[in-house]
Amino acid sequence: MAILTCENASFSYDGRTVLEGVDFALRAGDYLCVVGENGSGKSTLIRGLLSLKAPASGRITLGDGLKRSEIGYLPQQTEIQRDFPASVWEVVLSGCLNSLDGRLFYGAEDRRRAEENLERMGIEDLKNAGYQELSGGQQQRVLLARALCATKKLLLLDEPVTGLDPVAAGEMYNLIKLVNLCDGISVIMVTHDIHEAVRYATHILHLGRRQLFFGTAAEYRRSAIGRRFLGGSGI
Amino acid sequence: MSMLSMFSYHFIQRALVVGVLVSLCAALLGVSLVLKRYSMIGDGLSHVGFGALAVASAFHLAPLGVAVPVVMLAAVLLLRLRGSGRVKGDAAIAIISSSALAIGVIVVSVTSGMNTEVSSYLFGSILSLSRGDAVLSVILSLAVLALFCLFYPRIFAVTFDETFARATGTRAELYNTLLAVLTAVTVVLGMRMMGALLISSLIIFPALSAMKLCRSFRSVILCAALLSVLCFVFGMIASYAFETPSGASVVAAELIAFALCSLFGRKG
Repeated sequence: MAILTCENASFSYDGRTVLEGVDFALRAGDYLCVVGENGSGKSTLIRGLLSLKAPASGRITLGDGLKRSEIGYLPQQTEIQRDFPASVWEVVLSGCLNSLDGRLFYGAEDRRRAEENLERMGIEDLKNAGYQELSGGQQQRVLLARALCATKKLLLLDEPVTGLDPVAAGEMYNLIKLVNLCDGISVIMVTHDIHEAVRYATHILHLGRRQLFFGTAAEYRRSAIGRRFLGGSGI
Repeated sequence: MSMLSMFSYHFIQRALVVGVLVSLCAALLGVSLVLKRYSMIGDGLSHVGFGALAVASAFHLAPLGVAVPVVMLAAVLLLRLRGSGRVKGDAAIAIISSSALAIGVIVVSVTSGMNTEVSSYLFGSILSLSRGDAVLSVILSLAVLALFCLFYPRIFAVTFDETFARATGTRAELYNTLLAVLTAVTVVLGMRMMGALLISSLIIFPALSAMKLCRSFRSVILCAALLSVLCFVFGMIASYAFETPSGASVVAAELIAFALCSLFGRKG
Protein backbone atom coordinates (compact mmCIF):
# COMPACT_ATOMS: atom_id res chain seq x y z
CA MET A 1 0.00 0.00 0.00
CA ALA A 2 1.30 3.45 -0.91
CA ILE A 3 1.94 5.67 2.09
CA LEU A 4 2.81 8.64 -0.09
CA THR A 5 1.79 9.41 -3.66
CA CYS A 6 2.89 12.30 -5.84
CA GLU A 7 0.63 12.74 -8.86
CA ASN A 8 2.17 14.91 -11.56
CA ALA A 9 3.03 17.57 -9.00
CA SER A 10 4.70 20.84 -9.94
CA PHE A 11 5.99 23.66 -7.79
CA SER A 12 6.56 27.31 -8.55
CA TYR A 13 7.83 30.45 -6.84
CA ASP A 14 6.24 33.74 -7.91
CA GLY A 15 4.71 32.06 -10.95
CA ARG A 16 8.05 30.62 -12.10
CA THR A 17 8.00 26.82 -12.23
CA VAL A 18 11.01 25.32 -10.47
CA LEU A 19 10.01 21.66 -10.50
CA GLU A 20 7.46 19.75 -12.58
CA GLY A 21 6.21 16.33 -13.54
CA VAL A 22 6.95 14.70 -10.20
CA ASP A 23 5.04 11.44 -10.26
CA PHE A 24 5.88 8.56 -7.95
CA ALA A 25 4.47 6.36 -5.19
CA LEU A 26 6.21 5.26 -2.03
CA ARG A 27 5.11 1.99 -0.47
CA ALA A 28 5.54 1.07 3.20
CA GLY A 29 9.11 -0.10 3.82
CA ASP A 30 10.57 1.58 0.71
CA TYR A 31 13.85 3.46 0.94
CA LEU A 32 13.85 6.26 -1.62
CA CYS A 33 16.88 8.40 -2.42
CA VAL A 34 16.27 11.73 -4.13
CA VAL A 35 19.28 12.76 -6.20
CA GLY A 36 20.08 15.63 -8.54
CA GLU A 37 22.38 18.58 -8.84
CA ASN A 38 22.12 21.80 -6.85
CA GLY A 39 19.05 23.76 -7.88
CA SER A 40 17.37 20.65 -9.31
CA GLY A 41 14.37 21.08 -7.02
CA LYS A 42 15.26 18.64 -4.23
CA SER A 43 14.69 21.13 -1.42
CA THR A 44 11.45 22.30 -3.02
CA LEU A 45 10.19 18.71 -3.15
CA ILE A 46 11.05 18.27 0.55
CA ARG A 47 9.06 21.39 1.41
CA GLY A 48 6.19 20.06 -0.67
CA LEU A 49 6.20 16.67 1.03
CA LEU A 50 6.17 18.36 4.44
CA SER A 51 3.23 20.58 3.37
CA LEU A 52 5.37 23.67 3.92
CA LYS A 53 4.76 24.50 0.25
CA ALA A 54 1.63 23.70 -1.72
CA PRO A 55 2.07 22.22 -5.21
CA ALA A 56 1.12 24.61 -8.05
CA SER A 57 -0.56 21.70 -9.82
CA GLY A 58 -0.96 17.98 -9.25
CA ARG A 59 -1.45 16.33 -5.88
CA ILE A 60 0.52 14.86 -2.99
CA THR A 61 -1.52 12.39 -0.96
CA LEU A 62 -0.71 10.37 2.11
CA GLY A 63 -2.06 6.86 2.71
CA ASP A 64 -2.07 4.13 5.33
CA GLY A 65 -3.28 6.49 8.07
CA LEU A 66 -0.16 8.68 7.91
CA LYS A 67 -0.82 12.25 8.96
CA ARG A 68 0.98 15.34 7.63
CA SER A 69 2.41 16.09 11.05
CA GLU A 70 3.67 12.53 11.54
CA ILE A 71 6.59 12.61 9.11
CA GLY A 72 9.89 12.34 10.98
CA TYR A 73 11.95 15.14 9.48
CA LEU A 74 15.71 15.57 9.79
CA PRO A 75 16.50 19.03 8.41
CA GLN A 76 19.92 20.31 7.45
CA GLN A 77 21.63 21.83 10.45
CA THR A 78 21.44 25.57 10.82
CA GLU A 79 24.19 27.84 12.10
CA ILE A 80 22.00 28.68 15.10
CA GLN A 81 21.95 25.07 16.27
CA ARG A 82 25.68 24.47 16.39
CA ASP A 83 26.19 26.58 19.50
CA PHE A 84 22.70 26.21 20.93
CA PRO A 85 22.58 25.50 24.67
CA ALA A 86 20.37 22.41 24.90
CA SER A 87 20.86 18.98 26.38
CA VAL A 88 20.55 15.89 24.19
CA TRP A 89 17.45 14.95 26.16
CA GLU A 90 15.74 18.28 25.52
CA VAL A 91 16.37 18.00 21.78
CA VAL A 92 15.17 14.40 21.48
CA LEU A 93 12.10 15.01 23.63
CA SER A 94 11.11 17.94 21.40
CA GLY A 95 10.49 15.35 18.67
CA CYS A 96 7.31 14.40 20.55
CA LEU A 97 5.94 17.89 19.79
CA ASN A 98 3.36 16.55 17.33
CA SER A 99 1.85 14.18 19.91
CA LEU A 100 1.17 17.04 22.33
CA ASP A 101 -2.06 17.93 20.49
CA GLY A 102 -3.85 20.19 22.92
CA ARG A 103 -1.65 19.26 25.91
CA LEU A 104 0.82 21.82 27.24
CA PHE A 105 3.55 19.53 28.56
CA TYR A 106 5.17 16.21 27.67
CA GLY A 107 3.82 13.15 29.50
CA ALA A 108 5.22 9.79 30.63
CA GLU A 109 4.49 8.21 27.24
CA ASP A 110 6.47 10.94 25.42
CA ARG A 111 9.42 10.44 27.80
CA ARG A 112 9.33 6.68 27.25
CA ARG A 113 9.43 7.16 23.49
CA ALA A 114 12.36 9.57 23.77
CA GLU A 115 14.28 7.10 26.01
CA GLU A 116 13.59 4.32 23.53
CA ASN A 117 14.94 6.33 20.58
CA LEU A 118 18.05 7.38 22.52
CA GLU A 119 18.79 3.68 22.99
CA ARG A 120 17.97 2.91 19.37
CA MET A 121 20.63 5.41 18.28
CA GLY A 122 23.09 4.16 20.91
CA ILE A 123 23.38 7.54 22.58
CA GLU A 124 21.67 6.87 25.93
CA ASP A 125 24.91 7.70 27.75
CA LEU A 126 24.88 11.17 26.16
CA LYS A 127 21.40 11.94 27.51
CA ASN A 128 22.57 14.79 29.75
CA ALA A 129 25.39 16.00 27.54
CA GLY A 130 25.25 19.42 25.89
CA TYR A 131 24.23 19.23 22.23
CA GLN A 132 26.82 21.83 21.18
CA GLU A 133 29.67 19.76 22.65
CA LEU A 134 28.94 16.69 20.53
CA SER A 135 30.76 15.69 17.36
CA GLY A 136 28.97 16.15 14.04
CA GLY A 137 28.09 12.46 13.86
CA GLN A 138 26.69 12.43 17.38
CA GLN A 139 24.63 15.55 16.65
CA GLN A 140 23.11 13.85 13.61
CA ARG A 141 22.22 10.80 15.73
CA VAL A 142 20.47 13.10 18.20
CA LEU A 143 18.48 14.72 15.38
CA LEU A 144 17.64 11.28 13.97
CA ALA A 145 16.40 10.17 17.41
CA ARG A 146 14.26 13.33 17.49
CA ALA A 147 12.87 12.57 14.02
CA LEU A 148 12.03 9.01 15.13
CA CYS A 149 10.06 10.43 18.08
CA ALA A 150 7.88 12.25 15.57
CA THR A 151 7.02 9.24 13.39
CA LYS A 152 6.20 5.57 13.28
CA LYS A 153 6.05 5.31 9.49
CA LEU A 154 8.09 7.77 7.42
CA LEU A 155 11.44 9.49 7.82
CA LEU A 156 12.39 12.42 5.59
CA LEU A 157 16.13 13.11 5.69
CA ASP A 158 17.70 16.18 4.09
CA GLU A 159 21.36 15.42 3.33
CA PRO A 160 21.97 13.69 6.66
CA VAL A 161 25.71 13.06 6.15
CA THR A 162 26.76 16.51 4.94
CA GLY A 163 29.86 17.61 6.82
CA LEU A 164 30.49 14.22 8.46
CA ASP A 165 33.80 12.38 8.14
CA PRO A 166 33.66 9.11 6.15
CA VAL A 167 33.45 6.89 9.24
CA ALA A 168 30.63 8.89 10.83
CA ALA A 169 28.85 9.07 7.45
CA GLY A 170 29.06 5.28 7.07
CA GLU A 171 27.66 4.78 10.57
CA MET A 172 24.82 7.16 9.79
CA TYR A 173 23.94 5.29 6.58
CA ASN A 174 23.95 1.98 8.49
CA LEU A 175 21.73 3.35 11.25
CA ILE A 176 19.24 4.64 8.71
CA LYS A 177 19.19 1.30 6.88
CA LEU A 178 18.73 -0.50 10.19
CA VAL A 179 15.74 1.64 11.11
CA ASN A 180 14.34 1.00 7.63
CA LEU A 181 14.79 -2.79 7.76
CA CYS A 182 14.14 -3.60 11.43
CA ASP A 183 11.33 -1.18 12.19
CA GLY A 184 9.79 -1.08 8.72
CA ILE A 185 9.95 2.72 8.64
CA SER A 186 9.95 4.11 5.10
CA VAL A 187 12.75 6.52 4.25
CA ILE A 188 13.01 9.41 1.82
CA MET A 189 16.55 10.77 1.74
CA VAL A 190 17.95 13.68 -0.22
CA THR A 191 21.62 13.13 -0.94
CA HIS A 192 24.49 14.23 -3.13
CA ASP A 193 26.23 10.92 -2.77
CA ILE A 194 24.90 8.91 -5.72
CA HIS A 195 27.06 5.83 -5.03
CA GLU A 196 25.81 5.44 -1.47
CA ALA A 197 22.28 6.14 -2.72
CA VAL A 198 22.20 3.14 -5.12
CA ARG A 199 23.89 1.00 -2.49
CA TYR A 200 21.36 1.54 0.30
CA ALA A 201 18.13 2.65 -1.37
CA THR A 202 15.42 0.47 -2.88
CA HIS A 203 14.27 3.29 -5.15
CA ILE A 204 15.84 6.32 -6.82
CA LEU A 205 14.18 9.58 -7.81
CA HIS A 206 16.39 11.71 -10.04
CA LEU A 207 15.42 15.37 -10.40
CA GLY A 208 16.63 18.09 -12.75
CA ARG A 209 13.92 20.77 -12.47
CA ARG A 210 11.61 17.95 -13.55
CA GLN A 211 11.46 14.24 -12.85
CA LEU A 212 14.24 12.59 -14.88
CA PHE A 213 13.97 9.11 -13.42
CA PHE A 214 11.96 7.12 -10.94
CA GLY A 215 12.36 3.39 -10.38
CA THR A 216 14.21 0.80 -8.35
CA ALA A 217 17.91 1.19 -7.64
CA ALA A 218 18.64 -1.80 -9.92
CA GLU A 219 16.73 -0.20 -12.80
CA TYR A 220 18.58 3.05 -12.21
CA ARG A 221 21.98 1.32 -12.52
CA ARG A 222 20.93 -0.01 -15.93
CA SER A 223 19.30 3.19 -17.17
CA ALA A 224 21.11 5.62 -19.44
CA ILE A 225 20.86 8.49 -16.96
CA GLY A 226 21.96 6.25 -14.10
CA ARG A 227 24.99 5.01 -15.98
CA ARG A 228 25.99 8.54 -16.87
CA PHE A 229 25.57 9.79 -13.33
CA LEU A 230 27.35 6.83 -11.76
CA GLY A 231 30.25 7.34 -14.12
CA GLY A 232 30.18 3.80 -15.46
CA SER A 233 30.85 2.18 -12.08
CA GLY A 234 27.22 1.13 -11.73
CA ILE A 235 27.20 -1.37 -14.56
CA MET B 1 21.32 50.30 58.92
CA SER B 2 21.25 53.08 56.38
CA MET B 3 21.23 50.41 53.64
CA LEU B 4 18.16 48.73 55.09
CA SER B 5 16.35 52.02 55.43
CA MET B 6 15.97 52.18 51.63
CA PHE B 7 13.45 49.36 51.86
CA SER B 8 11.16 51.44 54.06
CA TYR B 9 10.26 53.86 51.25
CA HIS B 10 7.04 52.93 49.47
CA PHE B 11 8.29 53.99 46.05
CA ILE B 12 11.37 51.82 46.44
CA GLN B 13 9.29 48.83 47.55
CA ARG B 14 7.08 49.29 44.51
CA ALA B 15 10.06 49.61 42.21
CA LEU B 16 11.65 46.48 43.65
CA VAL B 17 8.55 44.32 43.26
CA VAL B 18 7.89 45.50 39.70
CA GLY B 19 11.57 45.42 38.81
CA VAL B 20 12.10 41.85 40.02
CA LEU B 21 9.08 40.64 38.02
CA VAL B 22 10.09 42.54 34.88
CA SER B 23 13.69 41.28 35.21
CA LEU B 24 12.34 37.72 35.35
CA CYS B 25 10.24 38.26 32.21
CA ALA B 26 13.15 39.88 30.37
CA ALA B 27 15.54 37.06 31.28
CA LEU B 28 13.18 34.27 30.16
CA LEU B 29 12.29 35.94 26.87
CA GLY B 30 15.88 37.09 26.39
CA VAL B 31 17.25 33.55 26.12
CA SER B 32 14.88 32.77 23.27
CA LEU B 33 15.40 36.13 21.55
CA VAL B 34 19.20 35.98 21.70
CA LEU B 35 19.24 32.41 20.36
CA LYS B 36 16.83 33.28 17.56
CA ARG B 37 19.05 36.27 16.64
CA TYR B 38 16.22 38.64 17.55
CA SER B 39 18.22 40.57 20.19
CA MET B 40 17.83 43.92 18.50
CA ILE B 41 14.04 43.66 18.53
CA GLY B 42 14.12 44.63 22.21
CA ASP B 43 16.14 47.72 21.37
CA GLY B 44 13.88 48.66 18.46
CA LEU B 45 10.73 48.22 20.53
CA SER B 46 12.06 50.41 23.33
CA HIS B 47 12.43 53.32 20.91
CA VAL B 48 8.87 52.77 19.74
CA GLY B 49 7.93 52.74 23.43
CA PHE B 50 9.62 56.12 23.89
CA GLY B 51 7.64 57.58 21.00
CA ALA B 52 4.40 56.20 22.41
CA LEU B 53 5.08 57.49 25.93
CA ALA B 54 6.01 60.94 24.61
CA VAL B 55 2.77 61.15 22.63
CA ALA B 56 0.76 59.86 25.60
CA SER B 57 2.23 62.45 27.96
CA ALA B 58 1.72 65.26 25.43
CA PHE B 59 -1.98 64.44 25.23
CA HIS B 60 -2.26 63.60 28.94
CA LEU B 61 -3.21 59.99 28.28
CA ALA B 62 -2.41 56.97 30.49
CA PRO B 63 1.23 56.16 29.59
CA LEU B 64 1.01 52.36 29.84
CA GLY B 65 -2.45 52.27 28.27
CA VAL B 66 -1.03 53.88 25.10
CA ALA B 67 2.44 52.35 25.03
CA VAL B 68 1.56 48.67 25.57
CA PRO B 69 -0.77 48.31 22.54
CA VAL B 70 1.38 50.51 20.28
CA VAL B 71 4.56 48.57 21.04
CA MET B 72 2.72 45.24 20.65
CA LEU B 73 1.62 46.38 17.20
CA ALA B 74 5.19 47.40 16.33
CA ALA B 75 6.43 43.98 17.49
CA VAL B 76 4.04 42.13 15.21
CA LEU B 77 4.91 44.49 12.34
CA LEU B 78 8.65 43.94 12.85
CA LEU B 79 8.19 40.20 12.73
CA ARG B 80 6.12 40.45 9.54
CA LEU B 81 8.72 42.64 7.83
CA ARG B 82 11.42 40.17 8.83
CA GLY B 83 9.43 37.26 7.49
CA SER B 84 8.38 38.89 4.22
CA GLY B 85 12.00 39.37 3.13
CA ARG B 86 11.16 42.65 1.42
CA VAL B 87 13.16 44.61 3.97
CA LYS B 88 16.17 43.08 5.71
CA GLY B 89 15.46 42.33 9.37
CA ASP B 90 17.98 44.66 10.94
CA ALA B 91 17.13 47.44 8.48
CA ALA B 92 13.44 47.05 9.37
CA ILE B 93 14.24 47.47 13.06
CA ALA B 94 16.37 50.55 12.37
CA ILE B 95 13.65 52.17 10.23
CA ILE B 96 10.87 51.62 12.74
CA SER B 97 12.84 52.49 15.85
CA SER B 98 14.42 55.69 14.57
CA SER B 99 11.12 56.87 13.07
CA ALA B 100 9.35 56.32 16.38
CA LEU B 101 12.15 58.11 18.23
CA ALA B 102 11.93 61.04 15.80
CA ILE B 103 8.17 61.31 16.23
CA GLY B 104 8.63 61.21 20.00
CA VAL B 105 11.26 63.95 19.96
CA ILE B 106 9.15 66.18 17.71
CA VAL B 107 6.06 65.76 19.88
CA VAL B 108 8.11 66.51 23.01
CA SER B 109 9.72 69.64 21.58
CA VAL B 110 6.42 71.01 20.27
CA THR B 111 4.59 70.45 23.56
CA SER B 112 6.37 70.29 26.89
CA GLY B 113 10.03 70.55 25.89
CA MET B 114 12.80 68.41 27.33
CA ASN B 115 11.71 68.11 30.97
CA THR B 116 12.49 65.56 33.68
CA GLU B 117 9.57 63.37 32.62
CA VAL B 118 10.99 62.98 29.13
CA SER B 119 14.46 62.37 30.49
CA SER B 120 13.03 59.62 32.70
CA TYR B 121 11.62 57.90 29.62
CA LEU B 122 15.08 57.88 28.07
CA PHE B 123 17.17 56.92 31.09
CA GLY B 124 14.60 55.52 33.49
CA SER B 125 13.55 56.58 36.95
CA ILE B 126 12.06 54.59 39.77
CA LEU B 127 10.16 57.71 40.80
CA SER B 128 8.08 57.56 37.62
CA LEU B 129 6.18 54.49 38.80
CA SER B 130 2.77 55.46 40.18
CA ARG B 131 0.70 53.09 42.33
CA GLY B 132 -1.69 52.37 39.48
CA ASP B 133 1.22 51.71 37.10
CA ALA B 134 2.74 49.34 39.63
CA VAL B 135 -0.43 47.26 39.97
CA LEU B 136 -0.83 47.04 36.20
CA SER B 137 2.85 46.14 35.81
CA VAL B 138 2.58 43.31 38.34
CA ILE B 139 -0.50 41.88 36.61
CA LEU B 140 1.03 42.10 33.12
CA SER B 141 4.39 40.64 34.11
CA LEU B 142 2.71 37.74 35.93
CA ALA B 143 0.75 37.10 32.72
CA VAL B 144 3.98 37.11 30.69
CA LEU B 145 5.61 34.64 33.11
CA ALA B 146 2.56 32.36 33.09
CA LEU B 147 2.31 32.31 29.29
CA PHE B 148 6.02 31.60 28.93
CA CYS B 149 5.84 28.66 31.35
CA LEU B 150 2.68 27.20 29.79
CA PHE B 151 4.11 27.25 26.28
CA TYR B 152 7.65 26.32 27.31
CA PRO B 153 7.88 23.06 25.27
CA ARG B 154 6.65 24.83 22.15
CA ILE B 155 8.85 27.87 22.68
CA PHE B 156 11.86 25.58 23.00
CA ALA B 157 10.95 23.73 19.80
CA VAL B 158 10.42 26.94 17.82
CA THR B 159 13.66 28.43 19.15
CA PHE B 160 15.83 25.38 18.48
CA ASP B 161 14.50 24.41 15.09
CA GLU B 162 11.67 26.33 13.49
CA THR B 163 11.62 24.17 10.34
CA PHE B 164 11.25 20.95 12.31
CA ALA B 165 8.53 22.51 14.44
CA ARG B 166 6.65 23.64 11.32
CA ALA B 167 7.05 20.22 9.69
CA THR B 168 5.48 18.53 12.68
CA GLY B 169 2.43 20.74 12.44
CA THR B 170 3.36 23.44 14.98
CA ARG B 171 2.16 26.91 14.10
CA ALA B 172 5.56 28.55 14.37
CA GLU B 173 4.27 32.01 13.34
CA LEU B 174 1.85 31.92 16.25
CA TYR B 175 4.61 31.27 18.78
CA ASN B 176 6.94 33.83 17.17
CA THR B 177 4.14 36.35 17.49
CA LEU B 178 3.58 35.29 21.09
CA LEU B 179 7.29 35.86 21.81
CA ALA B 180 7.19 39.28 20.14
CA VAL B 181 4.04 40.37 21.99
CA LEU B 182 5.39 39.21 25.35
CA THR B 183 8.63 41.05 24.61
CA ALA B 184 6.67 44.19 23.77
CA VAL B 185 4.88 44.09 27.13
CA THR B 186 8.14 43.46 28.99
CA VAL B 187 9.95 46.28 27.20
CA VAL B 188 7.24 48.82 27.99
CA LEU B 189 7.04 47.78 31.64
CA GLY B 190 10.82 47.78 32.00
CA MET B 191 11.51 51.08 30.27
CA ARG B 192 9.80 53.14 32.98
CA MET B 193 12.57 52.10 35.33
CA MET B 194 15.43 51.29 32.99
CA GLY B 195 14.79 53.89 30.30
CA ALA B 196 14.30 53.39 26.57
CA LEU B 197 18.04 53.50 25.94
CA LEU B 198 18.94 50.87 28.53
CA ILE B 199 16.08 48.35 28.58
CA SER B 200 17.49 46.05 25.91
CA SER B 201 20.42 45.18 28.21
CA LEU B 202 17.88 43.65 30.62
CA ILE B 203 16.92 41.25 27.82
CA ILE B 204 20.34 40.47 26.38
CA PHE B 205 22.82 40.42 29.30
CA PRO B 206 21.31 37.68 31.52
CA ALA B 207 20.93 35.32 28.54
CA LEU B 208 24.53 35.85 27.40
CA SER B 209 25.91 35.46 30.93
CA ALA B 210 23.89 32.30 31.57
CA MET B 211 25.07 30.75 28.29
CA LYS B 212 28.65 31.08 29.52
CA LEU B 213 27.80 28.94 32.54
CA CYS B 214 25.15 26.41 31.52
CA ARG B 215 24.67 24.00 28.66
CA SER B 216 21.04 22.86 28.73
CA PHE B 217 18.18 25.14 27.69
CA ARG B 218 16.37 24.75 31.01
CA SER B 219 19.46 25.52 33.10
CA VAL B 220 20.26 28.54 30.91
CA ILE B 221 16.72 29.84 31.48
CA LEU B 222 16.88 29.32 35.25
CA CYS B 223 20.39 30.78 35.51
CA ALA B 224 19.41 33.81 33.44
CA ALA B 225 16.36 34.39 35.65
CA LEU B 226 18.46 34.22 38.81
CA LEU B 227 21.22 36.46 37.45
CA SER B 228 18.69 38.97 36.18
CA VAL B 229 16.97 39.32 39.56
CA LEU B 230 20.27 39.47 41.46
CA CYS B 231 21.69 42.14 39.15
CA PHE B 232 18.52 44.18 39.42
CA VAL B 233 18.53 44.11 43.23
CA PHE B 234 22.28 44.86 43.44
CA GLY B 235 21.88 47.63 40.88
CA MET B 236 19.08 49.21 42.92
CA ILE B 237 21.10 48.99 46.15
CA ALA B 238 24.09 50.56 44.42
CA SER B 239 21.84 53.23 42.95
CA TYR B 240 20.61 54.12 46.46
CA ALA B 241 24.05 53.92 48.06
CA PHE B 242 25.95 55.98 45.47
CA GLU B 243 23.00 58.08 44.31
CA THR B 244 23.49 56.95 40.71
CA PRO B 245 20.61 56.61 38.19
CA SER B 246 18.74 53.33 38.74
CA GLY B 247 18.68 52.07 35.15
CA ALA B 248 22.35 52.72 34.51
CA SER B 249 23.29 51.08 37.84
CA VAL B 250 21.40 47.92 36.94
CA VAL B 251 23.16 47.80 33.56
CA ALA B 252 26.52 48.24 35.30
CA ALA B 253 25.68 45.28 37.57
CA GLU B 254 24.73 43.21 34.48
CA LEU B 255 28.03 44.11 32.86
CA ILE B 256 30.02 43.03 35.93
CA ALA B 257 28.08 39.75 36.09
CA PHE B 258 28.74 39.15 32.39
CA ALA B 259 32.46 39.82 32.84
CA LEU B 260 32.61 37.38 35.78
CA CYS B 261 30.69 34.70 33.85
CA SER B 262 33.00 35.15 30.87
CA LEU B 263 36.05 34.80 33.10
CA PHE B 264 34.88 31.73 34.99
CA GLY B 265 32.54 30.19 32.43
CA ARG B 266 33.50 27.09 30.49
CA LYS B 267 34.09 28.93 27.23
CA GLY B 268 36.56 31.26 28.94
